[in-house]
Amino acid sequence: MGKTLFEKIWESHIVVEKQNGPSLIYIDRHLIHEVTSPQAFDGLRMNKRKVRRPDLTIATMDHNVPTNNRSLPILDQTSAVQIQTLEKNCKDFGIKLFDINSPNQGIVHVIGPQLGITLPGTTIVCGDSHTSTHGAFGTLAFGIGTSEVEHVLTSQTLWLEKPKPFEIRVDGKRKNPHAVTAKDIVLSIIKNIGTSGGAGTVIEYCGQGITDLSMEQRMTICNMSIEAGARAGLITPDEKTFDYLRNREYTPKNYESLVDNWKEQLKTDNDAKFEKQFTLNIDDIAPQVSWGTNPGMTCDVTESIPSPEEFSKGDANQKKGAEKALDYMDLKPGIPITDIKIDRVFIGSCTNARLEDLIEASKVVKGQKISTNVRAMVVPGSQMVKKQAEDIGLDKIFINANFEWREAGCSMCLGMNPDILSPGERCASTSNRNFEGRQGTGGRTHLVSPVMAAAAAIEGHFVDVREMDLS
Amino acid sequence: MKSFKKIKSIITPLDKINVDTDQIVPKQFLKLIHKSGFGKFLFYNWRYDENENLKSDFILNDSKYDNSEIMVTGDNFGCGSSREHAVWALQDYGFSVIIAPSFADIFFSNCFKNGLLPISLNPKTVEKLQQELDPIEVDLERQIIKTSSEEITFEIDSYKKKILLDGLDDIAQTLQFEDKISEFERNSKVPSVL
Repeated sequence: MGKTLFEKIWESHIVVEKQNGPSLIYIDRHLIHEVTSPQAFDGLRMNKRKVRRPDLTIATMDHNVPTNNRSLPILDQTSAVQIQTLEKNCKDFGIKLFDINSPNQGIVHVIGPQLGITLPGTTIVCGDSHTSTHGAFGTLAFGIGTSEVEHVLTSQTLWLEKPKPFEIRVDGKRKNPHAVTAKDIVLSIIKNIGTSGGAGTVIEYCGQGITDLSMEQRMTICNMSIEAGARAGLITPDEKTFDYLRNREYTPKNYESLVDNWKEQLKTDNDAKFEKQFTLNIDDIAPQVSWGTNPGMTCDVTESIPSPEEFSKGDANQKKGAEKALDYMDLKPGIPITDIKIDRVFIGSCTNARLEDLIEASKVVKGQKISTNVRAMVVPGSQMVKKQAEDIGLDKIFINANFEWREAGCSMCLGMNPDILSPGERCASTSNRNFEGRQGTGGRTHLVSPVMAAAAAIEGHFVDVREMDLS
Repeated sequence: MKSFKKIKSIITPLDKINVDTDQIVPKQFLKLIHKSGFGKFLFYNWRYDENENLKSDFILNDSKYDNSEIMVTGDNFGCGSSREHAVWALQDYGFSVIIAPSFADIFFSNCFKNGLLPISLNPKTVEKLQQELDPIEVDLERQIIKTSSEEITFEIDSYKKKILLDGLDDIAQTLQFEDKISEFERNSKVPSVL
């Protein structure tokens, strides 16, 4: 029987295999950031252990760095300590760090691919659940906890139960690919399979709806695999993948010979079997807007807020969840999505803060002003994205429309730095989680694509961006 | 890690599905650089109002549950962020066992690294356990939950069970495979980053 891409990568990384138990899997790349690593380094010191492969380990600071003026000291003392701790840990253990002043600083899942650190057919881990992003390159990449960070630092391996392969086929062609984006595809998938629909699996995305996407769009898809509960998401690498990674700062010297191998090895066999399958046709999908407190609580922009009965389809627990979500979000069933007014707009995060995202959003914004009731910000995913955007004048387009133009970081996706919502504020956000309090205690998050967020900023409420000219 | 002993206590029923790790420990408390002291932040936004007073309608604030070591909760517990702080907070607060129909993958593996036992049971059994008022006993060695009226068996991977029962340092266990890791590295064709 044939094998899936996931199974091939898994098998090529087995160090120790046990009958009916977890396997010891080799990790090719380990990405570190300031929030989930300090306790791991503490553990190393306590046990007098070293970092086994500093040459496979890369660190940056992204989660709690301020995104305003970088020449000022960090006012939040606990954040400052965490950042200094990462600096000290990297120095003590010989790990390459892109610090707050580095031109390579940025969200760890944005800089990995941009620097050519992410490679097809490899395994990547990071103490962050959105590590699944790197799967867009045919990389087996997943988030881990701090104890596992310590385990990888010491041994460059992890004990893992083998997840099950899950095929998600995306068929069809979007009629308006500027208005209906990768974000809308992945939100549609999660809306259909639920936030635990992918639990215990690695999702392999395939079909024309996926191969048509650019690399940056594919990253948006794989990024949100974790929101469907999956360990990881994968896409078979193709010429777009190989082109994206060519000539980056850390692209390996023998890149072309690696590409030859990848072309031969990194694909799912025709007769491979998946444990689960789901198909989405995207011919007619609409832009998506989340209305609740998990990413599965999402509907079309043309729809109204569903009643808990409609949403739960007879499941009592889901109904209770939806009632609680509507209460938290201060929304009532039957309200058209386009009637929802917003206070804030956040264009950023590892889901949607790459150059293409900013280019697409800028087309909506160009020559316009944001609504006077709205405060809006753009936080580029990395300092490289920021520079590329500034080189083509995107900063001016956003600033002229009264957006704030910030330095790179995770920012208001999780609100660990000063960028947070005030209680009760409602935000159109290009991030990945609409959990209670995620963007600030009492804050209300609606997940949307960059163009939908930009359009909402202009109008002050959600609008169907398909009605705008974005060509 | 401490070895896992038999636990006997009343259960705390947290009747919610999809409890994410942002709720278990909100982000403002992730900036600490040590593992201890996270209990006071557990379910912070559900436990405290905006003036930091205890909310009377949240189950953990009912003093009846103060000494409970077992939480019984809903589907997909621990979803979302990979933050191990969620496990540190549950443990520091006093929980040793979490029972649910299912757990999110990263949270589930984080539990075992810290000696917190996650048990998944079928939804009907979990629902019944949520109603249990008397203390229940969790016996990991025998893989049995004893209630006032019945014994419920549960599944656990044998390696994970051993790690918990013996309180083993799993990194030390892994380092016994040093030869295998070195051999893998000699054969690997993946280039270094730098």
